[in-house]
Amino acid sequence: MSTAATGGNAVVVEGLVKRFGDFTALDGVDLTVPEGTVLGLLGPNGAGKTTVVRILSTLLQADGGRATVAGLDVATQAAQVRGVIGLTGQYAAVDEYLTGEENLEMVGRLYRLGKKEARTRATALLDRFDLSEAARRPAKTYSGGMRRRLDIAASLIARPRVLFLDEPTTGLDPRSRLGMWEFIADLVSDGTTILLTTQYLEEADRLADAMVVIDRGKVIARGTADELKAQVGGERLELTAGSVEGLVRAAELLRPLALEEPRRDAQTRRLTLPVTGGAATLADALRRLEGSGVEVLDVGLRRPDLDDVFLTLTGRSAEDAEPGLENQETPR
Amino acid sequence: MSSLSHTVSDSLVITRRNLIKVKRVPDLIVFATLSPIMFVLLFRYVFGGAINLPDGITYAEFLLPGIFAQTVVFGSTTTGASIAEDLQKGLIDRFRSLPMSRAAVLIGRTVADLGLNAISIVVMALTGLVVGWRITSSVPEAIGGFLLLLLFAFAVSWMMALVGLLVRTPEVVNNASFIVIFPLTFVANTFVPLESFPSVLRTFAEWNPVSSVVQAARELFGNQPASAPVPDAWALQNPVLYTVIWAAVILAVFVPLAVRAYLKTSTR
Repeated sequence: MSTAATGGNAVVVEGLVKRFGDFTALDGVDLTVPEGTVLGLLGPNGAGKTTVVRILSTLLQADGGRATVAGLDVATQAAQVRGVIGLTGQYAAVDEYLTGEENLEMVGRLYRLGKKEARTRATALLDRFDLSEAARRPAKTYSGGMRRRLDIAASLIARPRVLFLDEPTTGLDPRSRLGMWEFIADLVSDGTTILLTTQYLEEADRLADAMVVIDRGKVIARGTADELKAQVGGERLELTAGSVEGLVRAAELLRPLALEEPRRDAQTRRLTLPVTGGAATLADALRRLEGSGVEVLDVGLRRPDLDDVFLTLTGRSAEDAEPGLENQETPR
Repeated sequence: MSSLSHTVSDSLVITRRNLIKVKRVPDLIVFATLSPIMFVLLFRYVFGGAINLPDGITYAEFLLPGIFAQTVVFGSTTTGASIAEDLQKGLIDRFRSLPMSRAAVLIGRTVADLGLNAISIVVMALTGLVVGWRITSSVPEAIGGFLLLLLFAFAVSWMMALVGLLVRTPEVVNNASFIVIFPLTFVANTFVPLESFPSVLRTFAEWNPVSSVVQAARELFGNQPASAPVPDAWALQNPVLYTVIWAAVILAVFVPLAVRAYLKTSTR
């Protein structure tokens, strides 16, 4: 069956429901991923992102709704689905006693590639993911970034039509994360359809064509990065105070200008206010601060970013959301 | 390819993967064989003099079949810990997302552990020969003895595979299996003749499959003197048959249960 039947969508999810005991992990999720595009599935820990991926990769069975991958039903055609997908989980699922090469060849063989074919593709992937030099070393000796790269390489060995990347950069240092983004961007340009889950908004902004934001098992927003930002509207006035007292005082002085309650971060002594009116509002703010004795280290206006989108939609920041189900049950 | 040949080839890929680990971490095999060597030496020289045996048999001859059985049963517990480790590291998730045979991960694991147990037996047999153990039966009988030990160990491996999938933490699997396996291998004719047991314990020991494995091994290796009486319990009068029945029942129950658990499990 081809994706023609699903209107050119490589992934179609309709009304997906999943319960774990009394806990409803997914409460009617709908989403589609058009062939050859990247969908960013965003949400805080425990939102249900991983549960969506597990159902789509046939690891879990849904309690309601339906889902197809490459036109195949994940519930009734699970075996065929496994033949056309690649999965990279939240932590690198590589065998640390095997070398990079052996890991890829093993996965290739289990995808039913011939011995020679598995070896040829393994060599090419190791080269592509910058692992050629480490190819003959046990994966135990790899850095976190190298393991993730090996993990993604393993999920690519059978040239899957749909690739699931579940938080591919969680736990990586900023440099490895940037490197990983380049590798993923490369895959995208090859035309691989990707469903990417992440709690890093910058990551989705950079890699995804479209985004779906879920929280507590429900879709709360969808669209491109620009559309989501437009939903929030206005600008953000940001100010860094010289002291915590100054921060509190500035918040009091500027509250009349804010559309919503200003956000204070005592640690960075930063104040963020959703405002409208652009430069005039900024000038107004500066007037209000004049003579107040508040030491201002920097102040400025910016357009809302995805963090603001998240905060507005969920009332929480994406990265410091309270630990949910997924977090507690993920072995580190 | 048919689904059977898929299962065989996938299982071989997984078996190979598991054996590579043994090659890369030789400590595993060193310690797996050191402890049975230690057991042979400790029992032979520390307890050997204090245990009353019927005439016509040395303690080394009595002891070795017992040590063989105990070691392979303990060896099988590694199956559970290894599967729990794979589960914890997300490898089981990866395997389950691949278009591979649904039983291959478990077959590959239990077969690899069977290989490790075979190596342990060879090491123990050599140690036994040094301390005075001898095979006095025929070659086919002796081979039968080794195969029976491995068959029973293979069945226990499948039991442990299910435990590993359900318990999910390697350390807990190890501790939990010790609590069960220690009494099972000690409340048996492994190290001392059953005549010395109090009656309730003795009945348990007579029907304990570990006793029948040991009894069968003693008979097949020719370590059971004609003068010594074998307890009347049917299990010990027909130790080979009783052991084979146990192995078959364990496999018939635990292979499907373990495969089912594998299909349902996930790292979450």
